[in-house]
Amino acid sequence: MSSFGLLAAIWPLTTLGHYVSWHVIQISVANLIVIILMVVTFIVALFAPFPGRRRRKENP
Amino acid sequence: MRSKAFRPDVDAPEWKGGHSPYDIIKEGTIALVVVSILTVLLSVAFGSPDDPSITIKAWSTNAPMDFATTALSELNATSGSAQYGAPYNHASTGQQLGPLTLAKWIGVRVPVNSVNDYIIDPLRSLPKQPALTADLSQWSSASGSTRAGWVKDYSQAANQMQIVNGQLVVNATNAGPLPVMMADLFQMARTGALDQALVTQNGFYTSDYTLPLLFLADGTYLSGIAQKQHLTGDQWGMMNETGNYPGQAWLWLYTFWYQIKPFNASGNGDVLVWGLMMVLSAGLLLTPFIPGLRSIPRKTRVYRLIWREHYRSLP
Amino acid sequence: MSTTEIDRQWTTRLRKRVAGKLPPEKLLPDTQPTYVSSWIYVFGVTTMAALGVVIASGCLLALRGPQWWHTSSVGHFVNSLHLWSVEIFFFAMVIHLWGKYFMAAWRGGRALTWMTGVVTFLTSIATAFTGYVSQSNFDSQWISTQAKDGINSTGAGAFWNVLNSGQMLMWHIVLLPIAAVALTALHVLLVRIKGVVPPFEKTTEVTQ
Repeated sequence: MSSFGLLAAIWPLTTLGHYVSWHVIQISVANLIVIILMVVTFIVALFAPFPGRRRRKENP
Repeated sequence: MRSKAFRPDVDAPEWKGGHSPYDIIKEGTIALVVVSILTVLLSVAFGSPDDPSITIKAWSTNAPMDFATTALSELNATSGSAQYGAPYNHASTGQQLGPLTLAKWIGVRVPVNSVNDYIIDPLRSLPKQPALTADLSQWSSASGSTRAGWVKDYSQAANQMQIVNGQLVVNATNAGPLPVMMADLFQMARTGALDQALVTQNGFYTSDYTLPLLFLADGTYLSGIAQKQHLTGDQWGMMNETGNYPGQAWLWLYTFWYQIKPFNASGNGDVLVWGLMMVLSAGLLLTPFIPGLRSIPRKTRVYRLIWREHYRSLP
Repeated sequence: MSTTEIDRQWTTRLRKRVAGKLPPEKLLPDTQPTYVSSWIYVFGVTTMAALGVVIASGCLLALRGPQWWHTSSVGHFVNSLHLWSVEIFFFAMVIHLWGKYFMAAWRGGRALTWMTGVVTFLTSIATAFTGYVSQSNFDSQWISTQAKDGINSTGAGAFWNVLNSGQMLMWHIVLLPIAAVALTALHVLLVRIKGVVPPFEKTTEVTQ
């Protein structure tokens, strides 16, 4: 256990970062994961069925 | 209701359909609970980075030659900050956006004098030592041309600069007080006194780190550490964070321009990128009024997915 | 005092105007048009919730001052909360932006709603930036010495000195959060006044 005791992170991301290079693009794996998650979340939000709402009133 | 032609990317039809129950407070509460739990889980799992700051003491101890050559560059005014121009000094025009010299027009508002701020004033803050006191008064009573001669001689001799037993040694014979002054500055840095002197020039309390930060940035020690962490401008560093943490991913477009020509090859790269980002931000802001850009949503038909239940219910 | 005199009072006029534009059932609606039925709609409120957690964790950091989190495990944990809530905030806000773009949510007199959203986004970037340079660690040393060139090149560095840590901290914890919260409030009020943008239809009827 580190000096920060019980409140220390379980998997601290303090080791030297990993990077992906493709032509002019260089991105850290952490940022890439965040961006992929954003795109995936967006697509899921578009396609996932939304719990149906009961129609209550017409032209209030 | 107006009778003018309907513009599909500007106007919206009046909603004549039905309404469903919707609990805005419940939705907000659920969102707050979910985000709070997610924040706690991520914090417990990964924590956050906190690489300690670099002191001038650490710099002069771990990279003494880099510190000494940077101090020399402040003395002979060849350092990045000494040559910067506005807002620090009048040494150069600074960056230009076409004919616009924006920084120069606004002027020197954060004055930095590299010789006085980094060398003379810190040395004056040291407790009185006979040799140093004599050298400082010799410096202050000398004419500009005499000082320039000393600096020139010292700079030439500094090509053979050495660190011997923790002392900075430069065998300059016609450099007046400079060999002693620079050796004392080097000692001052290694004890940590220079860190203190650079931030307390304007009094006891301070929260302005302009001087020590510019000094650190003039050397290569700070940027060497940043390079290892993939933080430099040409490494898309603006987006990156120390360690394996996600950084400011939202700066992807801003940092992208620094990787390509003409931005990465121009001395005016910063102002060109800023100018471009201002234009692009204005484009995002004014999207509702830009023909073409505002039609993409209708033409890509992504909205058919979002409102698919609505379209399914249409006759 | 006659009724007309009361009607002419600034207070009365303001109240009537606010009540007309934003009656309670619009401010806190209990129904939505039936087309509001997609997960994409949750990212606006998620962004606001994250903003709430960002501000709450920032207030906790403020309790013991700017150096506390370097030396205390509790402080460091609160810093982690602050960092991750910021990441969630931007994550949700960008998806919200994408969603609203593909709905062309500026239609029907909602351009100002879109524009306040964009300004809030840009203000949030500035707020996050001042946070990064206020960490008082290696990260802030590097970010501030790099960013100075961009800011200085525009001339703004003369007044907005990113190497002045006190100035940056003040902007981060006072001025920019006030701006971000005020803009968010304005944005949400505009959404409530104008309602959620209706779907594209093949119609020639215009409402503004």
